[in-house]
Amino acid sequence: MSNAVSALNGLTAAGDVTVKEAGLRGMITLRGDFSSRKFKNICTELSGMGFPEQGKANCDGDRGLCWMSPDEILLLVAHDDVAESLTKIEKALKGQHYLAANVSDARAQISVSGPFAREVIAKLAPADLHPDHFQPGDFRRTRLGQVAAAFWLTETGAIEIICFRSVADYTFRLLAASAKAGPVGYFTV
Amino acid sequence: MSTRLENMGRLVDRNQAVTFLFNGKTLQGLAGDTIASALLANDQLLVGRSFKYHRPRGVVASGAEEPNGLVNLGQDGHFEPNQRVTTTELYDGLQATSQNHWPTLEFDVGAINTYLARFLPAGFYYKMFIHPRPFWKYVYEPIIRKSAGLGKAPKDRDADTYEHFHAHIDVLIIGGGIAGLSSALAAAQTGARVMLMEQTAHWGGRAAVDAPQIEGMSAEAWIAQTVEALEAMPNVSLRLRTMGAGVYDHGYVLGYEKLTEHLGVSDGPRQRLWRIRAKQIITATGAIERPLSFAGNDIPGVLLASAVRDYAVNYGVSIGDRTVVVANNDDAYRTAITLCEAGLNVPAIIDVRPTSEGELPQQARDLGIRVLSGKGIAKVKGGKRVTSVVVCAQAGEGAALEEIACDCVAMSGGWSPVVHLWSHCGGKLIWDEAQAMFRPDPEQAPKGDQGQDFVTAVGTANGNLFTAEVLGDAFAAGLSAAQSAGAPKKGRAANAPQGNDAEEAALSPAWLMPQGASYELRAKAWLDFQNDVKVSDVQLAAQEGFESVEHAKRYTTLGMATDQGKLSNINGLAVLSKSLNSDIPDVGTTTFRPPYTPISMSSIAGVAQNDLFQPIQWTPMSEWHSENGADYEPVGHWRRPYAYLRDGETVHEAVNREVVNTRESLGLLDASTLGKLVVKGPDAGKFLDMMYTNMMSTLPIGKCRYGLMCTENGFLSDDGVVARIGEQEWLCHTTTGGAGRIHEWMEDWLQCEWWDWKVYVANVTEQLAQVAVVGPNARKLLEKLGGMDVSKEALPFMQWADGTLGGFDARAYRISFSGELSYEIAVPASQGRAFWDALLAAGEEFGVMPYGTEALHIMRAEKGFIMIGDETDGTVIPQDLNLQWALSKKKTDYLGKRAQERSHMADPNRWKLVGLETLDGSVLPDGAYAIADGDNDNAQRNTQGRVTSTYYSPTLNKGIAMGLVHRGPERMGEVLTFTNVDGEPIKAKIVDQVFYDKEGAKQNV
Repeated sequence: MSNAVSALNGLTAAGDVTVKEAGLRGMITLRGDFSSRKFKNICTELSGMGFPEQGKANCDGDRGLCWMSPDEILLLVAHDDVAESLTKIEKALKGQHYLAANVSDARAQISVSGPFAREVIAKLAPADLHPDHFQPGDFRRTRLGQVAAAFWLTETGAIEIICFRSVADYTFRLLAASAKAGPVGYFTV
Repeated sequence: MSTRLENMGRLVDRNQAVTFLFNGKTLQGLAGDTIASALLANDQLLVGRSFKYHRPRGVVASGAEEPNGLVNLGQDGHFEPNQRVTTTELYDGLQATSQNHWPTLEFDVGAINTYLARFLPAGFYYKMFIHPRPFWKYVYEPIIRKSAGLGKAPKDRDADTYEHFHAHIDVLIIGGGIAGLSSALAAAQTGARVMLMEQTAHWGGRAAVDAPQIEGMSAEAWIAQTVEALEAMPNVSLRLRTMGAGVYDHGYVLGYEKLTEHLGVSDGPRQRLWRIRAKQIITATGAIERPLSFAGNDIPGVLLASAVRDYAVNYGVSIGDRTVVVANNDDAYRTAITLCEAGLNVPAIIDVRPTSEGELPQQARDLGIRVLSGKGIAKVKGGKRVTSVVVCAQAGEGAALEEIACDCVAMSGGWSPVVHLWSHCGGKLIWDEAQAMFRPDPEQAPKGDQGQDFVTAVGTANGNLFTAEVLGDAFAAGLSAAQSAGAPKKGRAANAPQGNDAEEAALSPAWLMPQGASYELRAKAWLDFQNDVKVSDVQLAAQEGFESVEHAKRYTTLGMATDQGKLSNINGLAVLSKSLNSDIPDVGTTTFRPPYTPISMSSIAGVAQNDLFQPIQWTPMSEWHSENGADYEPVGHWRRPYAYLRDGETVHEAVNREVVNTRESLGLLDASTLGKLVVKGPDAGKFLDMMYTNMMSTLPIGKCRYGLMCTENGFLSDDGVVARIGEQEWLCHTTTGGAGRIHEWMEDWLQCEWWDWKVYVANVTEQLAQVAVVGPNARKLLEKLGGMDVSKEALPFMQWADGTLGGFDARAYRISFSGELSYEIAVPASQGRAFWDALLAAGEEFGVMPYGTEALHIMRAEKGFIMIGDETDGTVIPQDLNLQWALSKKKTDYLGKRAQERSHMADPNRWKLVGLETLDGSVLPDGAYAIADGDNDNAQRNTQGRVTSTYYSPTLNKGIAMGLVHRGPERMGEVLTFTNVDGEPIKAKIVDQVFYDKEGAKQNV
């Protein structure tokens, strides 16, 4: 797939807090019945992660599961593994009512890392990002500025953001501007 | 004259001089000064002219309530009008100019208005300028506009940056005086998330000036100790220079933080708007001293007693050498005492009360100050500054008893709690007769989502004027708010700080001075300094029947200026109630609305300025478009190329070239923006049969069908090609602007109406880059790329197939919006640019050219295809567009079906779609109306149709158009006359709407 290019081709804005487009990621929107064991099993099998509770995401590297809604999971896999994963899902859920769609290229993933990464996000998102309330494993579907976005916190303190591909440029510049504007000094962690 | 004192000045640093410019004059201040204190230290008492009469005005207050001291601040991209001198901190190089005067502050032509005052009473504008009617627009308004207005509008783009910050807080305390600090202490010890914000640059509020004892130490020491303790707590956040601007539903609060304004032009955001969700809000916003209403109370040198004290204690500035204090309460005696201690002269304290024997009056007398009991001020003498006061009996009509020379008058009419934030979200007030003030009614607090109280007022903002009760009340409220917010620990009520100050006797309300003041005196007794409203104006309003306080406010403009009546409201409604012979609480207050003081528009925009003003959507091929002459047009938030301009071409020429090239050879269109929704499930067919007017459930796998969507009211909402992908799966194309909207529309029906239908929808619009390959050479190009079979046999018109093209995984749809042989090819978005490049390279031998949206529009119009948003406008039904063929008769129902059967919808007299051709081949103006005989009830010409789409067709070399015409299809060949704004009406003939290849031979090859 030498032809494949991510939305911003790895663009980086370095600083105290660095904003970096993460490159191509595999993402599958999977809608179905969470009470089905087959459904949960295929999710955990393909991601290698536990099935998340509401408001949570279990992610490691480019694999993971993000809770999107009571009947929607975002399955993260390597970009090259998407086709194969879709085939496996089809096989596993045959006969069930579900929908699996490749949305890898519909999205951009942007990492925000550095001492006040949390505050950079809190400038743009109305979610509660206080350390008491938002820790690794927590996942929020919300907005950044004027666009829809979802994000989670990694163990290293970086925040991984998913937004739509068409607004990757806006989202990146929004994050870069907010990072450049400096810390707020509100979150002490 | 006003000057800097040798002693006092707790907030200024005498070792650090600061230079600034006022009206072009270089002045010196000290670090820690506000503009107001620095101006006063330079004997610059005069700071502006009043709004209506252009009277000379000086600083009256020392805080956010200041009505007069407004200046134009900064230069060029940093210019901002109406900045309050009392709350703007001084920095080196600050530039300010005073407002509302011409030609100069000292000599102002508009001041003539003051001599015309008797001809300019309340309601003057309403009465005078109503006749003759046209005069308002052309004569009166332009002149009045020129003479009115405060600051200048900025001319340059704002050069600063701004930001927002979202915080979720258990207990938010607004106001960092001793009440706020006490509440914070209480809430903090429960482990709750606490935030304390203070609008000024200093903690402690008035207590630091009035200096009561707290916990056995001076207030100043206690404040420092408490702030230190709070700073050490991880669950507490302290913010200076942050104003609580507004309280809204569900505990939403806007905080307005000034970050760099006290430093002048600097890097980083200038202001930060805090967007807070608080479970509990405590308003510790203090109180504002009321002026007294006596003649000449607006002359520079007349200040609030507390302000005179503030300037002395905080900034070491005296307003004058001889200060007369006039009051109806004990608190104002503190000013006299402070001034005496500073070595200044206080010739008299004029007290309206018959006796004053409290602790403070006694202290004043001990200092040798003369106390005149039962007296008032008949009038203040002076022009641009006070020269003397005439003393009279408060009970009388103003006969002069004596005249006292002075250069400052310190007035105090009692205190009004700042109830603004309490009231923003519905908190009610009660009238406290004893203290003559409105205070929050704890029984009627703002209510949250569970019916719980979510705002508590504490301290002086709650009507408690004494230190002991302020601290106790605030501490208890802090604890209880933390409990209501679900704090982890209980906290100890016994930890409440103890305080005490001098005992004070009751005040005596004095709404007019003297109480029987003559008209002449009342007409010089100001209520609203900024808007020039006097006692006589409010009385006139009452006399003319404006009995409601809201009406009187608007008639007189009382409280309508940028200070929103912080000083004038209570005095004004007291005068009104007296004129109406009713009690103050029966008259009530006007509505307190956010923000507390004006906040900048820039802070509301935050980071959303310049190129971050609005998100713009780009396709995977946009970079190529930009590099190749794309002239963009907005389509929703997308930017789509309207045309690609080549060297020297006009847009029109480029469009024509693109149309001709596509019709004759080969064109490419970036169609990635079109909406693509996957609909899947056992009930998906049934669902789509409801969503579309056509039958979609019977569409065979592998085929495409053009479909229409209507709202439940029957109006055409969106259109697009639907492809059947699998037994239970369809892919629905929407318009570019419709992708998000139709996705939501589908989810709405699925979640709210048909929640038991087994259907899932996913929006995959941006997953795919889609290119329309159009023109007689389209197939040749795809065959050259190679991979899948795209022949007529393998892939007939209105079918789709998966395969590869030039090595790209692709899905090819044989659909056409141009009437040409056409394929729409979808590839993964990450490969969109590479695929586009491959098409261009392979297409070179066919003379391939990308085309933009205008060529797309022209080609579809030549074919008579409708466009959502052109032929539809929310009032058009499919029948109007002769689309009956797309309305399934077999289905029992679809969204819009019943609505379309209503009599008006089924009426044959509706305007229907036809083609239009001008007799001379010219292009009809867009939106032109077809003229009919006669006029309507509004004396407007009757119409019988309108143009919905109109273009120059380079294919046919003439203007073509579509339009909706009364019974149009029945009137083929008839000639109509169309309006033409720029010239003679234009004649056009009704023709068939399909101008090009009616049989569809070209697309079906």
